Amino acid sequence: MTPDRAHLDWLESESIFILREVAGECARPVLLFSGGKDSLVLLRLAEKAFRPGRFAFPLLHVDTGHNFPEVIEFRDRRAAELGETLLVRPVEDSIARGTVRLRAGESRNAAQSVTLLEAIEEFGFDAAIGGARRDEEKARAKERVFSFRDAFGQWDPRQQRPELWDLYNPRVNPGEHVRVFPISNWTELDVWQYIAREKLEVPAIYYAHRRAVVRRRGLLVPVTPLTPPGAGDAVEEVSVRFRTVGDVSCTCPVESTAATPEAVIAETAAARLTERGATRMDDRTSEASMERRKREGYF
Amino acid sequence: MRVAEDRELAGVLRFITCGSVDDGKSTLIGRLLHDTRQILEDQLAAVASASARRGLAAPDLSLLTDGLEAEREQGITIDVAYRYFATARRKFIIADTPGHEQYTRNMATGASTADAAVVLADATRGLLPQGRRHLYLAHLLGIRNLVVAVNKMDLVGYAEARFEEVREAFTAYARRLGIRRLEFVPVSALEGGMVAGRGESMPWYPGQTLLEYLESCPAAESGAAGPLRLPVQLVQRVAGARRYLGRLASGALGRGDEVLVLPAARRTRVARLFGPEGECAGAKAGESVALEFADEIDVSRGDLVVHAARAPQAQRSLRATLVWFADRPLSRGARYLLKHGTRTVPARVASVEHAIDLRALAPAAAPAGLAMNDIGAVRLELAQPLHADAYAENRAAGAFILIDPASHHTVAAGMVR
Repeated sequence: MTPDRAHLDWLESESIFILREVAGECARPVLLFSGGKDSLVLLRLAEKAFRPGRFAFPLLHVDTGHNFPEVIEFRDRRAAELGETLLVRPVEDSIARGTVRLRAGESRNAAQSVTLLEAIEEFGFDAAIGGARRDEEKARAKERVFSFRDAFGQWDPRQQRPELWDLYNPRVNPGEHVRVFPISNWTELDVWQYIAREKLEVPAIYYAHRRAVVRRRGLLVPVTPLTPPGAGDAVEEVSVRFRTVGDVSCTCPVESTAATPEAVIAETAAARLTERGATRMDDRTSEASMERRKREGYF
Repeated sequence: MRVAEDRELAGVLRFITCGSVDDGKSTLIGRLLHDTRQILEDQLAAVASASARRGLAAPDLSLLTDGLEAEREQGITIDVAYRYFATARRKFIIADTPGHEQYTRNMATGASTADAAVVLADATRGLLPQGRRHLYLAHLLGIRNLVVAVNKMDLVGYAEARFEEVREAFTAYARRLGIRRLEFVPVSALEGGMVAGRGESMPWYPGQTLLEYLESCPAAESGAAGPLRLPVQLVQRVAGARRYLGRLASGALGRGDEVLVLPAARRTRVARLFGPEGECAGAKAGESVALEFADEIDVSRGDLVVHAARAPQAQRSLRATLVWFADRPLSRGARYLLKHGTRTVPARVASVEHAIDLRALAPAAAPAGLAMNDIGAVRLELAQPLHADAYAENRAAGAFILIDPASHHTVAAGMVR
């Protein structure tokens, strides 16, 4: 027995129960899969919930087109290994349709909401399973496990359905849907402990590697074609790893030498900044920026 | 952040914090998180700058948990926020539940999954109507580990006599409710005394700190000792066999066990049992499993697997306590969907027996039905039989929710009497 078995078992069992409830109650669920660590944990939980049967849902990636190439390669490989259906809906298509219009230099991250809602409408999904965790951010801390979205994809924090015991209520009218968060009760540390215990492979950029970065407002901004250094920026090569792997244009790595899950766990346990605070430029916009995006349909 | 390392007590304790608006709940949670070193620099910096914008001299730790914009504007907690921390002994999930009367539903929500409740009392004000309501609700929702944190001891000069007065008021009230065990800790969330560390201001108090209490109290009491209740979530057909997926709500199950599948009351035997790690010999409450039966019988989602010797009775009519959540009052004759375990059946309100007057702690006539945030006793008629336990005996198998079939809103929490 590994030391952390008891609390990981508890979390795992709860998450399996939630995934099976989605399958039992919802007609057309989908699992949002980005290739990131939280969605990889979801896939392992889905294996435990449904194998040797097939998953009760396809996988969907809402692709900003601004990805770390390793993550996309990983995404495709993992879906193929599992033999499950992977749907990809690019934000680029929404831009071409004119449903997403961005200001010059604006990140595509928030625009994912539009593309996601379009995909939900296209396939008639009534439940979208995501890997969000309540420990990520204050607005998320108030999110239900089964979280209702109206026909515009909006979240109304004042009108959330009471969620009691493990009696979830995913009933919706046509056009509405629920977002389901099976790992709501997991923390970043739990996720890494589970990755270590289950020996889950995650994209290599989650582990320490050398990368050209620019220091800006306390963040390490990776030098990429989308985020080139400005005039006067000093480019350094630093040993870093990513704590989240979102859109390239707004995701920053942290300095790290952790090359294994165990080393990441040790660093996470000693971390002095939150996952989003250390890595996400977009969350810093205002004290309540996540809440505003969530109301508009962001996951 | 610290990692749960203890082999014995590890696992998860879920608890709620509840109290009146001004009792300092959010500050207490901020204090627990801060003193167990869960608060990271960027969070503390955000709190410091938000506090400065509000003209406060020191960082207001309550801002750590008051997550929604609307709440920050009003300075109150309006919805349940879940927070996480771990000590060397345990992982904790806190449901921070609001004290405002109109948000009773959120307190019921947080309490429904809690193993323990921390009821806050303001040492300067003692036992208030809100404190009574919270203790009543925590008890009603079946929480056995109850602790009153007598807060703001710094404002009463850390006086032992005042702590004893508050303790006596709560104890007398708890006795009337039939609460058998109620613990007390004097604390100052603001200064930190007796929350995570002992501090130096209350040398007269010999007991555990609040954190020590939470680290040592038993988690879910339902456990493996209760009767087997396994609601079937899904049926799977794999390689010629049928598998039944579900999680044990209570009790334990072993390979080879004779079982009864309700409501059809078909008998069979567990031929194979699978846990998250593959085939296994047994499973207990809280564990997600897959089963294969020895006989080909018709089983579907919503069925309940039990041991024949400890099977619940079929009921077409239920007496239950409801916590009513909806704007529209509950009235006799109204129809709802009742979800119990994985089974959903149509239900009709046959009668509203009484509402609970939380001031008098006594049943009161309810001619107009139940209004939002009322608690009352009802009788429900069911379109199909249900196999439920009394909530007081089995939380997991005695709980249900009512869903409005038109709006799909969850309109009530129900507990079988």
